[in-house]
Amino acid sequence: MSTFHLGNGAGFSGDRVDAPIPVLRSLIARGGPAAMFFETLGERTVALAHLEKRANPARGYEPMLERLLDPILVDAHAHRIPLLGNWGAANPPAAALAVAKLALAKGLPQLRIGLVEGDDVTPLVAGGQLPVHEADAGLDMGAWSLIAANAYIGAEPLVEALAQGADVVVAGRTSDPALAIAPLAHHFGWRFDDWERLALGAATGHLLECGSQVTGGVFWDPGFKDIPDPANIGFPIAEVTAEGGLVITKPEGTGGLVDLRTVKEQLLYELHDPAHYITPDVVLDITQCRLEQVGRDRVAVHGLRGHPRPDTLKVTASFEGSWLGEGEVSVAGPNALARARATADVLLQRMKLRGLDVRARVDLIGVASVHDDDGGSLWRGYAGPEPQDIRIRLAVEARSRDDADQAAREVLAMLCCGTAGTGGARWRVTPRILTRSHLVLRERVPTRVTTRTAREIAA
Amino acid sequence: MKEVPLHAIAHSRAGDKGNRLNMSLIPYDPAHYGLLAEQVTAERVLDLFRHRGATHCTRHDLPNLHAFNFVVEEVLEGGVNGSLNLDGHGKTHSFRLLELTVRLPA
Repeated sequence: MSTFHLGNGAGFSGDRVDAPIPVLRSLIARGGPAAMFFETLGERTVALAHLEKRANPARGYEPMLERLLDPILVDAHAHRIPLLGNWGAANPPAAALAVAKLALAKGLPQLRIGLVEGDDVTPLVAGGQLPVHEADAGLDMGAWSLIAANAYIGAEPLVEALAQGADVVVAGRTSDPALAIAPLAHHFGWRFDDWERLALGAATGHLLECGSQVTGGVFWDPGFKDIPDPANIGFPIAEVTAEGGLVITKPEGTGGLVDLRTVKEQLLYELHDPAHYITPDVVLDITQCRLEQVGRDRVAVHGLRGHPRPDTLKVTASFEGSWLGEGEVSVAGPNALARARATADVLLQRMKLRGLDVRARVDLIGVASVHDDDGGSLWRGYAGPEPQDIRIRLAVEARSRDDADQAAREVLAMLCCGTAGTGGARWRVTPRILTRSHLVLRERVPTRVTTRTAREIAA
Repeated sequence: MKEVPLHAIAHSRAGDKGNRLNMSLIPYDPAHYGLLAEQVTAERVLDLFRHRGATHCTRHDLPNLHAFNFVVEEVLEGGVNGSLNLDGHGKTHSFRLLELTVRLPA
């Protein structure tokens, strides 16, 4: 049986929107059976989408959906290359309508759109019917209000949509690897208890789901790990065979690279126990995995193993949390470090003087920030060379919006009340979203799949 | 013996799940795998993150890939949804790991 070519067009909501174009072009040039998938839904993204849907019932899906599809929809349809994505986010029907309208505008009224629903399990969490995942046992959400809860569904409903002839599959909270498993299972006719084949699909998905992260993105380290043309990194393509072969590659004429180093980094990304990478469709085991460079920008993956899938699905419940207030000012030049440290101390003192009910932290960006702790032990203990340009950042968490706002405005006040040469103030207040994981028996999450033409959906 | 930062001989990528951080550690030269296994213990990696309240570190060894996976618990000060850190995901921590030094035979 021939090789199936699977391309990835997005690794997160916010990825480069022109990335899918060379991937589709390469899939067409290859000529064989192919599909593309787009992973655009993180834990926070789905919560934000639910809030957006509340404000506007026609929204709540991936904001870049139309922009991602616009340049590729016509060619993908002409070459029978299905496009799958969890771009439905909190509102898959609205996303399906958006795709339908785009298809009509492109002269594709017969384009078939497969809508996958059922991942929203908000009533089960609201009713207290689902156990909390052991990792989150200590989280108390008593004071916060539930926004929504979504179960990570597997590949089977996506396969159903492809079997119904869908050109574009619109889903909500699927697992990331399911988007890759589905077109492979559909093409090769894999059974959903063939753990070895499903492991191949899960590994394909895991390696591709973050887009350029396997082709040079978040990999390049100038002078140590250089990549060609980082402004035009090619997004990944997997070549999968019926016999279980898997090669990771990328489109010709793009930047980035695929080698043992890029594939190893992505294989271990967000992985904990390498023997048990849990997905809704299979438990992947990479302990016997071996990699082989089989050509330029071509790495073969061997030795993948699979174990039976769990009886439960993971659920992410999101809650309206507290408020985040942030403010920043800069100092530079002679004595910058002493001025920055003094500013930090005064800001923390001001929180107490004002009686603001906040949890506060100060960073000295340019001295120590992202690696520091909330107490600032790294910048307080800093004894290196005198930094010339430091940005002081106050961050607070507060139960009330007003306390967060007042705390952030204390940074603004340093423009006049602060040390000599303080400038460049910025401040903002944003709502926080808290999440908690639950488990649900998979039979309690029935999914619905309906595939209709663009004309039918838009009617 | 010569002491060098890990960054000179290995690379790493960090990822998160909630309040838990994972970091790969991959030597450029597979011949350095044994040396890293001996010197980059879970305890030493945990020490890098104790100031942030990290409670535990597990090292998973992947000899076929010549790679290690470190999993550090309770290190992200609440994770992306709870932390006041600019990098709530902890993506920058791979380069804190790479600051750790190892001794190379001269």
